[in-house]
Amino acid sequence: MSDATAQDEAFDGETFDDSHVLDPAATADSQETINQEITDIHEAYRKGVEAGEAQERQPRIDFAPYRSSLLRHPTKDLHHADPETIELWSPAFGERDVHILESDLTIQHNGEPLGERIVVQGRVLDGDGRPVRNQLVEIWQANAAGRYVHKRDQHPAPIDPNFTGVGRCITGPNGEYKFTTIKPAPYPWKNHHNAWRPAHIHFSLFGTDFTQRMITQMYFPGDPLFPLDPIYQAITDQDARDRLVATYDHSVTSHEWNTGYRWDIVLSGSNRTWMEEGEEH
Amino acid sequence: MSESTTKLVATPGQTIGPFYGFALPYEKDSQLVHRAHTGSIRLHGVVTDGNGSPIPDSMLEIWQADERGEISRETGSLVRDDHTFTGFGRVAVDNVGHYTFTTVNPGATEQGKAPFISMVVFARGLLNRLFTRIYLPEDTEALANDPLLSSLPEERRKTLIAEREPNGDLRFDIRLQGEGETVFLTYPGI
Repeated sequence: MSDATAQDEAFDGETFDDSHVLDPAATADSQETINQEITDIHEAYRKGVEAGEAQERQPRIDFAPYRSSLLRHPTKDLHHADPETIELWSPAFGERDVHILESDLTIQHNGEPLGERIVVQGRVLDGDGRPVRNQLVEIWQANAAGRYVHKRDQHPAPIDPNFTGVGRCITGPNGEYKFTTIKPAPYPWKNHHNAWRPAHIHFSLFGTDFTQRMITQMYFPGDPLFPLDPIYQAITDQDARDRLVATYDHSVTSHEWNTGYRWDIVLSGSNRTWMEEGEEH
Repeated sequence: MSESTTKLVATPGQTIGPFYGFALPYEKDSQLVHRAHTGSIRLHGVVTDGNGSPIPDSMLEIWQADERGEISRETGSLVRDDHTFTGFGRVAVDNVGHYTFTTVNPGATEQGKAPFISMVVFARGLLNRLFTRIYLPEDTEALANDPLLSSLPEERRKTLIAEREPNGDLRFDIRLQGEGETVFLTYPGI
C-alpha cells in the first residue's frame, strides 16, 4: 500500500478507496460480530423499556457497532437549554434560493439516467402537526448502481453521466415536498467485513426554529439489509426505526412513468409563540 | 393557535455520512458577508475527536443576528448577492478539520443579553446533529448573568465562549469528545 493510499485510508475509513485491496484492520470484524453487538444493545434496551424506562425516539450517538461513532460522540449528557431569541427562528429560504426544476433529479443532464424512476413525496410537519411551510428540503443519494458522484467514493460501480443525485425544493403551503429521482442501490462500506448500507436517500431539513434543524436518511420498505446495518440500528426502538421507512403508495405511482413512495417527516416541537403565525400568513 | 392538539413523534436523525460534499456545500456558503464588508470578521476553529485528532469530514452551520441584534427574515442564503445579510452560513471543514466563516459580530437581541451565534454540528460518525452556542467574549457582565452559562461549571462554561484574536477574529474550536469536550445542547420538544 503506497503512503498516499495509507493516508487516504486513515483519513477516510468509511469510503471505498481501494475496493480490491481491503484494509484488513478496517474489515476485521465479521457481520456476525456486528449483529451480536446490535442484538445485545437492543436486548438491554427492550428490558429497560419493560422495566419502565422511556422509549427512545432518536438514534444513540454512542453506538459502538458503528465504529466511526466511537471517537465522535460526546460522553457528557446534552445540556438542557431554554431556546432564546435566534434559536426560536430559522433562516428563511424561498424561490430565490431554489429553482423549481431542482426537485427533479432525472432532468439535470442531457440524457435520461438509468434505473427505476420514482417519485418521493410527503409533508414536513412540526411536533404539533403544523405544516412547515416555505422551508428548504435538500436531498442527496447514490445512483441506481450504488455509486455517489463524490470524489472519495471509489466503489467500483458505474457513475451515470446523466445522474448527479442532488435535489432541493421549498415546501408548499401544507408542508408538502416532492422529488422525482431514481431509486438508489445499496452500496458497500468499510465498517466491517462485507458491510453494505441499505438503499437510502439523505434528507436535510429546516423547521421554523433553528432547534428543529436535522439531517436524516429515508429508506425503502422491506430492505433485507436493515438488520445488518449499524447506522439504521443505532435507533434502538423498532417504532422509531420504522419512521425512517417510506411507504409504497400506488396513488403516487403514475401510469407508464414512475413508481411512488410517500414519506412524512416530523420535526421536533417548536418553541415559538405561534400567535405570530397569523400575521405572517 | 395550534392546528392540532396531538403531539407527533419526531422523525429520528441519522448521520450526514461521508458523501455530502457534492450536495450540501454551495458557492459562498460560509460568507455571511463579503470580506470587504465593514466590520467583517473571521470566525474559525478546528473540529476534533476523542483523540484530539482533527475530523476532516464535518459540516457546520451557523445562524445569527446581525450587528444590531436583528434577526434577518431575508431569503437568499443559497444565492449570495454580497449585500443581503441572511444570518445563515454553512461550511464543510477542510482536510485538517479547520473551518472559516466570514461574518459579523452579532449584536445582543435584547438589551443586556449576552450575544451568541447558534451552531449545529454534523459529521460522518456522528449519528445525530449536535447544537451549541458561540458566545462573544467581551460583555463579561452579560456572560455572568446568562442563564445557560450560569448553569454550567466554570471549566465547561468556557467551551462556549469564543476567543478574540488580536486582529479581531473569533476562534471557536469544537471538541466532540474528551478533554475540553464542548457543551452540546438539547431543547424542550426534542
